[in-house]
Amino acid sequence: MTGFSSTNLSEFFSLFTEYDILGAFWVNIRLTFWSAVIATVLGIVLIIMRISPISSLRGFAAGYCEFFKNMPLTIIMVFMVLGVFGQLKISFSDTFTINFFWLAVTGLGVYTAAFVCESLRSGINTIPVGQAEASRALGLSFMQSATQIILPQAIRGAVAPLGNTLIALLKNSTVAAAASVATETSSLMSTMIEFHSEHIIGIFLIFAVGYLILIIPIGLLTTYLSNRLAVRR
Amino acid sequence: MNSNDSTTKLLFDEPGPKGKRLIRIMNWIAGAVLIALAVVILARLANPPQGENQLSWDLWKPALDTEAWTDFYLPGLGLTLGAAAAGIVGSLVFGLVFGVLRLLPNPYIRFVAAIIIEFCRAVPVLIMMVFFWRWFAAVGIRQASYFAVVLALILYNGSVIAELVRSGVGNLPGGQREASLALGLTRTESLMQVEVPQAIFAMLPATVTQLVVALKDTALGSIILYTDLLQESRRLGSMYFNILQTLAVSAVVYFVICWIVSRIAEAMPAWMANRTSGPVEEEVVPPIAVMDATNRNQIKAAKTPRPFGGAEPVYPDHYHGSNAHNEHWLHNHYVEQENLEHPHDYAQEITQEIKKNMEHLRLPQRKEKKK
Repeated sequence: MTGFSSTNLSEFFSLFTEYDILGAFWVNIRLTFWSAVIATVLGIVLIIMRISPISSLRGFAAGYCEFFKNMPLTIIMVFMVLGVFGQLKISFSDTFTINFFWLAVTGLGVYTAAFVCESLRSGINTIPVGQAEASRALGLSFMQSATQIILPQAIRGAVAPLGNTLIALLKNSTVAAAASVATETSSLMSTMIEFHSEHIIGIFLIFAVGYLILIIPIGLLTTYLSNRLAVRR
Repeated sequence: MNSNDSTTKLLFDEPGPKGKRLIRIMNWIAGAVLIALAVVILARLANPPQGENQLSWDLWKPALDTEAWTDFYLPGLGLTLGAAAAGIVGSLVFGLVFGVLRLLPNPYIRFVAAIIIEFCRAVPVLIMMVFFWRWFAAVGIRQASYFAVVLALILYNGSVIAELVRSGVGNLPGGQREASLALGLTRTESLMQVEVPQAIFAMLPATVTQLVVALKDTALGSIILYTDLLQESRRLGSMYFNILQTLAVSAVVYFVICWIVSRIAEAMPAWMANRTSGPVEEEVVPPIAVMDATNRNQIKAAKTPRPFGGAEPVYPDHYHGSNAHNEHWLHNHYVEQENLEHPHDYAQEITQEIKKNMEHLRLPQRKEKKK
């Protein structure tokens, strides 16, 4: 394994110039960002459906969450590339890399939306019944009380689970390897180890520490914000 | 919807005749839209712009016949379940050992255990899997991908279970520890004989929920060429050019298994409630984040009844997060705003209270005479 002679070390550091490690992390960050956008929008739509008085919409949203909570992400990613693109010929772009990137974003976003919906539901649990009763007593309709009374408080109460979901999403973005996104971190790590197996532990630590550096601030920020934004009752 | 789902009853009251009619109409419209959506998707599947009819029996038959099950799905499913079982047993052992290590009185052991657990929780499972796979293959271990899948599952799920053990102990009522210390047990004995056994029962439902995560994560093994259910269905699909259909079949298998395990996890808290003095919940509370933010106390505050219309609630017990340490309960109550007194002032207040109560025991002090 990695020796500590100076030639070995300089070889090790030459890995940073040989491979675009930061670029790989940037791919994962972009995957995370765009699928977070999709997941947030879809998740809010789902939670409104889920708390609405219309039972068919409620059933649909509950079924959606249940489906994706019990479905491996890998199978969704493989499905996006081999099923949606390979067999149904639905594509986002003629360039392969861009197409696979957006297929992976769609898969991640659709999957994570179920978890965003669950987080928001746990946020709704932080609201005492009195709030909804009071908004009804004031004569607000369902959409009015949902968008003006319930959801704003629910999002403040859901900061912690939403932050956890974001961290899970960042970690899940490595699964884009299953959707043929070859430039992201786990694929790059695999290639690097293949050609430089003498530095295997060092290479693993580069990526592991990279994720620690990304995740620890999100965790700290989540904890801070969830205490800061919590509605004191 | 199930009746104990509090969120559904929250937003709307029992509607009157007009409201009922409106809801019924909206229900029909929404149902029609959903059915239309399904029809559009099916039509697209049956008649895609390029390629063949995806609903034709020619494509579905090889994905569903007996040979597909005996030669592909069932062996793959066996390997998936094997990796998941080995992973969950290993992670139970790992989790119990490291969870207890992180609670021991010795600060150095606690620190090392904490570093290991946090590291395993933060690194993506796939990164660990790929690393172990390459490593084992380089060392020359046969079945490298199997051991890589199992080891990665053990490290990640084990670190989550370690946190569950710790939060289970942190959430026990403080009286348990005080009582065992008062009986003359040492801190370690109290931990091992009184607190951890109860914490295990409290965390079992969440552990079963974590089993679903482990089962789902075995599918990552297909990326490192482990011949699990997903990999087998890809192979079958590439033989008959019907990957969409074979993936759909394996997706149904995954879903059914995970769904059954989820239902068991949902039923478990009721079975466990009388075996522990801590709160029992099926949800895995902070499995991922560093620092363990949760909104559990906020939920608790919202659910606490206020008998005199908005009177201040009293918090008998509460969730401390898995970063809780029993000794810091006074500070935790303050940070989580369960007790608004600053711990320092609070301690001082208690001291003054005691002093006041013992006033009559003191000898009357002689007043100094004025000169």
